[in-house]
Amino acid sequence: MHKGTKLALILGAIPFITLVFALPLVNRIKPVILGLPFLLFWILIWVILTPLILFIAYLLEKRFNPPEEEDKS
Amino acid sequence: MNVALIIIFATIILSACLGIYAGRRVKMNLENWTVGGRQFGIIIIWLLMAGEIYTTFTFLGASGWAYSKGAPTFYILIYGALAYTCSFFVLPALWKVGKRHGLHTQPDFFIKRYDSRYLGVFVALIGVVCIIPYLQLQLKGLGLIVQVASNGAVHPRIAIGISFVLTCAFVYTSGIRGTAWVAIVKDILMILAVFIVGIGVPTIYFGGFGKMFKRLIEQKPDYLVFPGAVPEMDVLWIMSTLLVMGLGFYMWPHVFGSAFSAKSARIIKRNAIIMPFYQIPILLIFMVGFTALLVIPGLEDGDMAFLAIVNKTYPSWFMGFVGAAGAVTAMVPSAILVLFASTLLAKNVYKAGFKPQMSEEKVMTLSRFMVLVIMTFALGFAIFFPNELVPLLIFGYNGVSQFFPGVVLGLFWKRVTKAGVFCGLIAGVTVVLILILSKNDPFLGMNAGFVGLVVNSFITVMVSIRTKPSDGGFK
Repeated sequence: MHKGTKLALILGAIPFITLVFALPLVNRIKPVILGLPFLLFWILIWVILTPLILFIAYLLEKRFNPPEEEDKS
Repeated sequence: MNVALIIIFATIILSACLGIYAGRRVKMNLENWTVGGRQFGIIIIWLLMAGEIYTTFTFLGASGWAYSKGAPTFYILIYGALAYTCSFFVLPALWKVGKRHGLHTQPDFFIKRYDSRYLGVFVALIGVVCIIPYLQLQLKGLGLIVQVASNGAVHPRIAIGISFVLTCAFVYTSGIRGTAWVAIVKDILMILAVFIVGIGVPTIYFGGFGKMFKRLIEQKPDYLVFPGAVPEMDVLWIMSTLLVMGLGFYMWPHVFGSAFSAKSARIIKRNAIIMPFYQIPILLIFMVGFTALLVIPGLEDGDMAFLAIVNKTYPSWFMGFVGAAGAVTAMVPSAILVLFASTLLAKNVYKAGFKPQMSEEKVMTLSRFMVLVIMTFALGFAIFFPNELVPLLIFGYNGVSQFFPGVVLGLFWKRVTKAGVFCGLIAGVTVVLILILSKNDPFLGMNAGFVGLVVNSFITVMVSIRTKPSDGGFK
């Protein structure tokens, strides 16, 4: 496996950790942040951060993986 | 004739015309009809995939669950983000083999990778069985929306009938290209409706989200944490459901197939990055459901919460606009579902199972004919047996997620064999069916599909390492 793919996979695990496996730990109402109960706030933040995480994964793949065929043309 | 009705019917007729127009100058062969000639750029792919995840169920179900169940509805906001993350890693590889081997459908993938026509037929049949109740649900939702929006002036059967004819027309003529064009209209209308209602309703009744939640915390705090108002949907159920849906979303035959319509693997990857933004409006749909819970408690059917609060709050022409948005939101997924179900039946069941020498043109003609057959079938169920398919609907997501090991291992693990995938798939589907039919879903607090997926993956791997690799595969 290329280094870029490996790094990307590690980043790709983040949404699964925060939005699935961490749920029992954040299943609470307080503190209320920006008017949202904590559970909903936590979910919203990580849903918004997911595109950013994937974008970084994309950049890492581009930086560390050998160029693909479609890049050469 | 009231204003709401004019708005609804003008919108669906214009959308259908746009869909028909979209395929006008394209020579329709199977490649163009099902995968748009593999020419779709990032915007069209985005609209198409958004069209698949945002269905009538999102509209009515996300608010309805917030209203009747509370926190368990949050899974609808989450699972998309997981599905896109998963697609970032899986879909580009899938697109590449699709391009190299000229694949159109999900069974095509299984046939090529595992060198087995029968596995293809089996996968196609499971796919169609999962799609039909989903299609019926869209039609039923559409009937409901139009009925309420027109204040009872239009019977659901008439609304379903009209939109059925229109949807068939643009799928028949323009295939996936027509669907993608109609998806543009749908997205604009739906996003507008969601933003106006989602921001408007909590503000009108409470003066903002924060104040609305403050009231909810005082009155119904249980609704804001798992398991909400339904004890069997506790955290473990949420977690297992999220995994099934996150991994299973791209295993739907129609979503899987639309990945082939992109112009390049890179477009698929970029699309995975921007897709989660599309999830955010779901938060607003929750707000509508929660506001309805405080303002109009005691509705018999929670799924009516969105429409009921709009009806109470806004003038009737606006209700027409919401009805139009809802109707088109049902038509787009219906179109994609029926398009892929008919291709599966024509190409992967009939041709692969009975007539291997059939020409591509004949398959195309048969696919188009199947559009009419499947739609009529779903329409019949929606009108005459509206509740008969509910158990199948529960089976849908759990069923398609059973393709996951066969697809992902097939792409990334050379050692996986035909026998392994066959055994795993049968075991997974059987476990799911038994758990659902014996009313053991959730099983030990977990989603039945998840239990099936665990059994399935285990068996796929165990059988694969004990059997000889097949001759197929992607060289």
